[in-house]
Amino acid sequence: MSDPQKSRFLARQSRLEALRMVSASKSSHIGSSLSVIDILAVLYGGVANIDPSTVESDGRDFVIVSKGHAAAGTYAVLAVRGFFPTERLRDYCSDGQPLSGHVTAGQVPGIEFSTGSLGHGLGLGVGVALADQSMGRTRRVFVIMSDGECDEGSVWEAALIAAHYQLEQLTAIIDRNYMQALGPTEDVLGLEPLRQKWESFGWAAFDVDGHDHVALEEALRRPTLARPTLVIAHTTKGHGVTFMENQIEWHYRAPNDEDLLRALLEIEDHDA
Amino acid sequence: MRDTFVSELTRLGLADPAITLVTGDLGFNVLDEFRDALPRQFYNLGVAEQAMASACAGMAAVGCKVFMYSIVNFATFRCLEQIRNDIAYHSLDVCVVAIGAGTSYGSLGYTHHGLEDVAVMRSLPNFRVFTPADSVEVRAAIQEIYAGRGPVYLRLGHEPTTPIHRSPVATQNHLLQVREGSDIVLMAAGPAVETALGAAAIADQHGISVRVISCLQLAPMSTLELIAVADELPIVTLEDHSVVGGLGTVVLETLSEASALRPVRRLGYRRDGLLTYGSQAFLRDSQGLTAEGTAAALLAMLKADDRQPFT
Repeated sequence: MSDPQKSRFLARQSRLEALRMVSASKSSHIGSSLSVIDILAVLYGGVANIDPSTVESDGRDFVIVSKGHAAAGTYAVLAVRGFFPTERLRDYCSDGQPLSGHVTAGQVPGIEFSTGSLGHGLGLGVGVALADQSMGRTRRVFVIMSDGECDEGSVWEAALIAAHYQLEQLTAIIDRNYMQALGPTEDVLGLEPLRQKWESFGWAAFDVDGHDHVALEEALRRPTLARPTLVIAHTTKGHGVTFMENQIEWHYRAPNDEDLLRALLEIEDHDA
Repeated sequence: MRDTFVSELTRLGLADPAITLVTGDLGFNVLDEFRDALPRQFYNLGVAEQAMASACAGMAAVGCKVFMYSIVNFATFRCLEQIRNDIAYHSLDVCVVAIGAGTSYGSLGYTHHGLEDVAVMRSLPNFRVFTPADSVEVRAAIQEIYAGRGPVYLRLGHEPTTPIHRSPVATQNHLLQVREGSDIVLMAAGPAVETALGAAAIADQHGISVRVISCLQLAPMSTLELIAVADELPIVTLEDHSVVGGLGTVVLETLSEASALRPVRRLGYRRDGLLTYGSQAFLRDSQGLTAEGTAAALLAMLKADDRQPFT
């Protein structure tokens, strides 16, 4: 059972952790984590049938973080949710430690696949869903992608396959923050009209506010009959920290001590 | 060899519902036996190799033993990053089945020739590489693939006109002696083994005793096994593949690791040599990769000063 108040608290705490992690490790991609944290919090907060006690069970829902560079945000949500101790977050990007700079499977409970190169996650999810369909398993598979990721042809190959096989247990979520590595998505390689593209591929596609937990939960709660579902979650890169919002430099830059303090204060002051 | 592969896989698949065959819209009339017997274990995912490879990884992650089938370059290069990141890195039970090894597809041209695939696939973590020479070796390879875990590259070419093995081979050996000899060792992989035997017969007429080894499993290559089959004899390698990075290179690497280097000559396609067009026989002939050409190399090897570079 999901609860927007709980998932909002989860998101808030995860933002604080992610900021600390990226700052401490002097690493990149904080903007990408901040835009996707609400989606992750809603999923791991109850919509996805997986929790710390069911992380190994055969029937668990799969959450595949295809935008693997949102590693800090992903690890933060998992830790705050209780999949592993939050103390481990201090080892983010540390030598010999598995919490590396792109989402890494193997020693991180809750992570199903290592990602980091865009365009793989939807295909992975399609494979899981196809096998499930053949075996009569009805668990859900969620794939979180970035909008820039939709430049990759492999995404559209997977989209064709998913629709053809009517993979209704497959739900993809696009973190639509309208930014990619060298500029706004619509300046680099226009994706609009994005929803219509997915609909024409045979998906049930919906636009939602990607920072509204009630709207996200509503959109993600139920799969569509006989079609895979695509949720375009409209977000802001760097959401939650005013000086990071929609700023491309925060795809790359690690917050220094001063940035970190300002950012943490903003998150803490903001109503959950 | 494809037909044997399909029959064997069907046999395994009837007993094990985890066996899954995935094709990228190839295998007309070839995959029917499996598809008809096991429709729930068969997928044609279309001409979409990148998604196919990721999907195979996804299937394997939830318990399937996947065999991904396509023509050599489409099964490898087209989706190499997916094979690398999704299959190899996660060490999943996916066997990449590549048909059309070497220049099997002849006049269909370079896009359909497998010349660099072994070099690349053997460099990926966790991959075993099988290059069977005939249907007997295909059966042995499949048994070993099924019994083991992790990613595999299975490279299939044409069935030889004369059978190489008359009885099943033991699967624990990866380097199979298919002809006795004592002067020089000729190591060959897959479709080149038949040529190697032909070369050995010619060399025999010139009084040279050639030991022929079929490299059923080309990678990882066991140092102990290599020393056991090659003793201290000079070696010529022959492959339907580039001389860069394939069997010849593996042998050199392995000998070096064992501090057992000795004269080795690599026969295969020269990297910049494939500027002509034609059947497999014609292409092989254009680069001396025939029984006659190989025999000449064997003879030259035994006569030459081993400090002279080969032309």
